[in-house]
Amino acid sequence: MAFEYPLARPQAEAPRLPLLVQLHDWVVTVDHKRLGIMYVCTGLLFFAVAGLEASIMRWQLAFPNHNVVAPEVFNRLFTMHGTTMVFLVGMPLILGLANYLIPLMIGARDLAFPRLNAFGFWLSLFGGVLLYFSYLGGEGLSGAGTAPDVGWFAYAPLTERAFSRGHSTDYWILSLLVSGIGSVATSINIVTTVFCMRCKGMTLARMPLFVWMLLVVAGMILFAMPPLTAAQLMLLLDRYLGARFFDTQAGGSAVLWQHFFWIFGHPEVYILMLPGFAAVSEIIPVFSRKPMFGYAAMVGATLAIAFISMGVWAHHMFTVGMSAMANAFFTASTMLIAVPTGIKIFNWLATMYGGKIRFATPMLFCIGFLFQFLCAGLTGIMLAASPFDWQLSDSYFVVAHFHYVLIGGLLFTIFAAIHYWFPKATGKMLSETLGRWHFWLLVIGFNLTFGPQHIAGILGMPRRIYTYAPGRGWELWNLLSSVGVAFQALAVLFFVWNVIRALRQGPPAGDDPWDAWTLEWTTTSPPPEYNFETLPEVQSRRPLWDLKHPHDPDWHHE
Amino acid sequence: MINATAHTYHAEPTEEALPSRGRVGMVCLIATEAALFSIFVVAYLFYIGKSLIGPYPAQVLEVPMLPTICLLASSATIMLAERALRQGYGVLFKGWWFLTMLLGVAFLYATAVEWYRLIFTHHLTISTNLFGTTFYSLVGFHAMHVTVGLMLLTLVLILSLCGYVTQAQSERVAALSLYWHFVDVVWIVVFLVVYVIGR
Repeated sequence: MAFEYPLARPQAEAPRLPLLVQLHDWVVTVDHKRLGIMYVCTGLLFFAVAGLEASIMRWQLAFPNHNVVAPEVFNRLFTMHGTTMVFLVGMPLILGLANYLIPLMIGARDLAFPRLNAFGFWLSLFGGVLLYFSYLGGEGLSGAGTAPDVGWFAYAPLTERAFSRGHSTDYWILSLLVSGIGSVATSINIVTTVFCMRCKGMTLARMPLFVWMLLVVAGMILFAMPPLTAAQLMLLLDRYLGARFFDTQAGGSAVLWQHFFWIFGHPEVYILMLPGFAAVSEIIPVFSRKPMFGYAAMVGATLAIAFISMGVWAHHMFTVGMSAMANAFFTASTMLIAVPTGIKIFNWLATMYGGKIRFATPMLFCIGFLFQFLCAGLTGIMLAASPFDWQLSDSYFVVAHFHYVLIGGLLFTIFAAIHYWFPKATGKMLSETLGRWHFWLLVIGFNLTFGPQHIAGILGMPRRIYTYAPGRGWELWNLLSSVGVAFQALAVLFFVWNVIRALRQGPPAGDDPWDAWTLEWTTTSPPPEYNFETLPEVQSRRPLWDLKHPHDPDWHHE
Repeated sequence: MINATAHTYHAEPTEEALPSRGRVGMVCLIATEAALFSIFVVAYLFYIGKSLIGPYPAQVLEVPMLPTICLLASSATIMLAERALRQGYGVLFKGWWFLTMLLGVAFLYATAVEWYRLIFTHHLTISTNLFGTTFYSLVGFHAMHVTVGLMLLTLVLILSLCGYVTQAQSERVAALSLYWHFVDVVWIVVFLVVYVIGR
């Protein structure tokens, strides 16, 4: 035997600490695993809140001339829904997975800067709390509104003092500023960890693809977050010091805000999607019993996506009236990004091809992701063509497109990741039966909700309207869409039930329930606070395979 | 044959010298700050000549040669301080470090004098026109970074006077001086944009 991973086992069952002490331990912790779990819980909590907001909107739109909420309440709902889902659901979930898994996967005991990590988490959490505090504290002027109602991309000059009285927009700015600083802090931490903390033998070319992709994501956050922060600082200067950045009366430009926002906004889409790709790249090989097909191509495609995604932002702005040259450039660059994304899809399919596929819940979610994300990609290419976009921009077709990306794509991969790594984090197995209910209800509910929205969009239904008159042919599609929400809500309830049940009486998971190959499965479940008693040493991309198959280790072939 | 080559391969597990955490972390911070500044620079360039009312840059701006020399010189002195510490000359380190701080303070003082003149003589504030808006935000944002840098330099000076900063800390001091160099490089860009191109 070349080497062994000594397992650190807890000596004896520690006595149960009083609740207050336990709570205190969670608040003051700098352990990457606890912070990772808190990130994921924060994300799921805000997911429930934003999902509820979406449900109210769908109930309002289920029938023509429906009167569930007032128009101004509806404006707040879609603003809060979008802002929450992107900044307080997507970001915490991906940063939480990165936090929990990266040190374990590269054989380190923690992130490079553990206290900075805690700082980043608490900033993100309180940024989110600040956003929702606006419902209570936003009433700066009586009748001027509470929560932000300017849409998640907050176009100027609607956000200027003259048009947005009171403090609702300030809450939008400040909460995202705060949580943005948290994300940047954590990204600095991730990049530094990957470059400086890898265990012996873990060269860059042997890192799990998950770590590679999260490294790229962290790098993207470093460059994509500041444009938003800068634009928000400018808006704050406008609102509080009377600066003129976006004041069209003084020669300022409203289009400049759009450029700055989308220079952040489009890379952000890939910042959210790449961690999904990362989880899929770990799960599909394990459940197909084959090593990942085209490792180098995957890394290359990830870097290509990161690079190209910085140059596609203005495809969100085709209807604003740019030059023909700009339209052509951004159409071409947007179509170009489909190439590396296509490479990835083919690599996942090639990994599954000829494998001994196990259809466990994590794998089901990955397969669902492949189909739905492909649909999202195809409508994305349609919208990339600027003439087509002129017709359908700001319609429900766009809404359907990006929900196929973020739910059919991202959310499915997040659920895959949670089902896959839950046994590691808690030591308990989730139920396969409940997992299947969760999966199938979500597939049905999701496609029922967002499939018909493509058609409503083609029939001319604009996004962000709070109601519509009968007789435009939109009724059926909206009703189907709203019915789908019930299935999705039910699916989420199955998930909650599954988690609670597993935590209380789930069967013990063991160290390596999926017969997987990366380093995190060499630790106990849950791993001890210090992760590894002695730091591991690796010889190939699948260290655990080498350990299990000493007669035929991977480094014979790599 | 395969086994033989694999065995030699296995006998020497690859080991890389991994870079220091402080440096990599600081480089990441600098990268993200550079992105932040570049947006303010783009806004400045975009709004050149778009002010609807005066005062205009050509009328009121004077090229700040002396402060620029001070700030650029401070990059050299901090390098000397860093080298002195690495070689273990504690007193020399403190001397160069203090001089760096003096140069930084001189730069900030010059900025204050310039702003005083612009505000009270030329009546240019952040809300006067687009020039005022972009000028005060870009230059002010840079001055804020100089201020933060000075605070950190002061902290190191106090710690070194208390005897905590020794040769063993030179890697940390090097990370901090990276930040100071960055602040200087940003000034070169700001100088070119505001006082050369924008005038």
